[in-house]
Amino acid sequence: MNASPLNAWIEGIGFLAPGLPDWPAARAVLRGEQAYAAAPSVLPAPALLPPAERRRASRVVKTALAIGLEAVAHAGADAATLATVFAASGADGHNCHALCEQLASDDRQISPTRFHNSVHNAAAGYWGIATGSMAPCQVLCACDASFGAGLLDALAQVALARTPVLLIAYDSEYPEPLHAKRDTPDCGGVALLLSAARSERALAAIRVSPTADVAAQLADPELEVLRTSIPALRVLPLLKRLASGERGRVCLDYLAPMQLVADVEPC
Amino acid sequence: MTPLLLSAFTATSCLGRGLDATRHALRSSRSGLAPCAFETVKLDTWVGEVAGVDDEKLPAALADYDCRNNRLTRMGLETDGFGDRVREAIARHGKTRVGVFLGTSTAGILQTELAYRRRDPATGALPDDFNYRTTHNSFSLTEFTRAYFGLEGMAMTISTACSSSAKVFAAAARQIELGMIDAAIVGGVDTLCLTTLYGFASLQLTSPQPCRPYDAARDGISIGEGAGFALLERVAGAAPGSVLLLGAGESSDAYHMSSPHPQGLGAKLAMEAALKSAGLAPDDIDYINLHGTATPANDAAEGTAVAALFGGRAPCSSTKGATGHTLGAAGAIEAVICALALTDGLLPGSPGTATPDPAIPVQYLLESRSSRVRRVLSNSFGFGGSNCSLVFGVAA
Repeated sequence: MNASPLNAWIEGIGFLAPGLPDWPAARAVLRGEQAYAAAPSVLPAPALLPPAERRRASRVVKTALAIGLEAVAHAGADAATLATVFAASGADGHNCHALCEQLASDDRQISPTRFHNSVHNAAAGYWGIATGSMAPCQVLCACDASFGAGLLDALAQVALARTPVLLIAYDSEYPEPLHAKRDTPDCGGVALLLSAARSERALAAIRVSPTADVAAQLADPELEVLRTSIPALRVLPLLKRLASGERGRVCLDYLAPMQLVADVEPC
Repeated sequence: MTPLLLSAFTATSCLGRGLDATRHALRSSRSGLAPCAFETVKLDTWVGEVAGVDDEKLPAALADYDCRNNRLTRMGLETDGFGDRVREAIARHGKTRVGVFLGTSTAGILQTELAYRRRDPATGALPDDFNYRTTHNSFSLTEFTRAYFGLEGMAMTISTACSSSAKVFAAAARQIELGMIDAAIVGGVDTLCLTTLYGFASLQLTSPQPCRPYDAARDGISIGEGAGFALLERVAGAAPGSVLLLGAGESSDAYHMSSPHPQGLGAKLAMEAALKSAGLAPDDIDYINLHGTATPANDAAEGTAVAALFGGRAPCSSTKGATGHTLGAAGAIEAVICALALTDGLLPGSPGTATPDPAIPVQYLLESRSSRVRRVLSNSFGFGGSNCSLVFGVAA
């Protein structure tokens, strides 16, 4: 293992991608036990939100809440106490389109709900309201490098505060005409509950450091398309390593020429 | 936390370009707000617009990044010699060892708003010259800044609405503390756009007159734009009187998307965490730069939290009556105002505020005055209940 201060125990994983509705499904495909079958992402209704908010929740909010809650449940953690790091390449694309369309029309009186849902930290705000967590909440964007940015800040918080941090990296699609300019195909994301102390639930230890190496790709062409087309899924080579249960090193795509190398030691 | 040196800092807002324009306006309690004449906006409100932004030219190699927000980013970076201090730091530390951490709420979304007026009438397509990644995306200003200085290391945008560019100080400080980087460009840039002007109007949060923070008759915000930057490095060898980041505290309201917790519980948690991070007690603080947006709810909630923690002992003011609320740039601009408070011995007043709200028991400064200032606290709170407080001081 390298000597980087950015290290943690992974205590829980949440996952959602087209054709892969949760972490157990993704794990089976990444282990080669199941063939990947492409299908639109299935977004669970956010049970945590009150009924009115649940009905109105956007696709990006549903994605973030679903993977966050899956990781929390996997770790047996209490969401009300957790610090969070949200990382997303964009906000709610459908809401953004509706606002821009209206602001280009003769009637610019946009809806106040649309406006407060337009902020990049909308999913984080709903997570806070739903879980009641008053712990620090980070919301990052580094476009295609957003997963790496989230991992860097989440691990730094674990290293310094010595408390668990829930990293939630997620993306959603834009409708046309923005889709032609930004072609993220569907919703997807990953949540990792990272802890400074090892518990009986720990899945693996990871240690992350910068490198100028080339990021790993996935042999399966369909999974490789997911990795490159949904920014949060740059995590997939790390998840494949975790799914395999084998120790080793994997290079993740961040912000060329700086990439992130993760040393993984399964428990 | 281990204190960090602000080895350079600069601010550009409606008060003017750079530190001298800012300090002269603050000292004379001048406001830069004016009736809104931005673009085609027809709203009965005042704004803090920066003069000359659209005259700024980006380097030819970075022409893809051209939009109002990146023009203001470049303008801010090349003010007060800040860009030269950055280039010197890169020469000292190396291009992989200087990180970029910038805050914004809307980045270059104005570019998208304008592109939606030029859609192909037959297909609905956006014009060919519109570039999403380099203008609209929240990372555009950070990617531009990284490319502008030829950096090859860590970079991220923080976008937590109006606390964004306070939280960049905390995120950069973590990476320096852990030795991942040796220096960081931190800051925030937000520019006027239709989304925020019509959006805050839709929430009935904009005032028809210049905003009046903490006034008994306050009735909403005045939206501003601006760019604030600081260069963070380790303290070793800092000259006496240099400005230091001493502490940072972050919290969440977990209450509502667009209203603060009525008792300011999240705000209080952030201030307590910042003081703890700095190893200081409330009585150590000589001045508080309040978030003070001038909405009835924000100032009441923040004031309740400040009164609970500091009583009436710490002089405090919001400078948004001078600059307007620069949203994702507010944390950085107000950090620079705090730095000027420390270097100049200046307690800024509150242009626009006439009668401090008697229901908020804090020591509110109406007029600017000179004072010995050794340690200050700056508050930044945002939509979604995102709170950040920073503590600054001077090197002994």
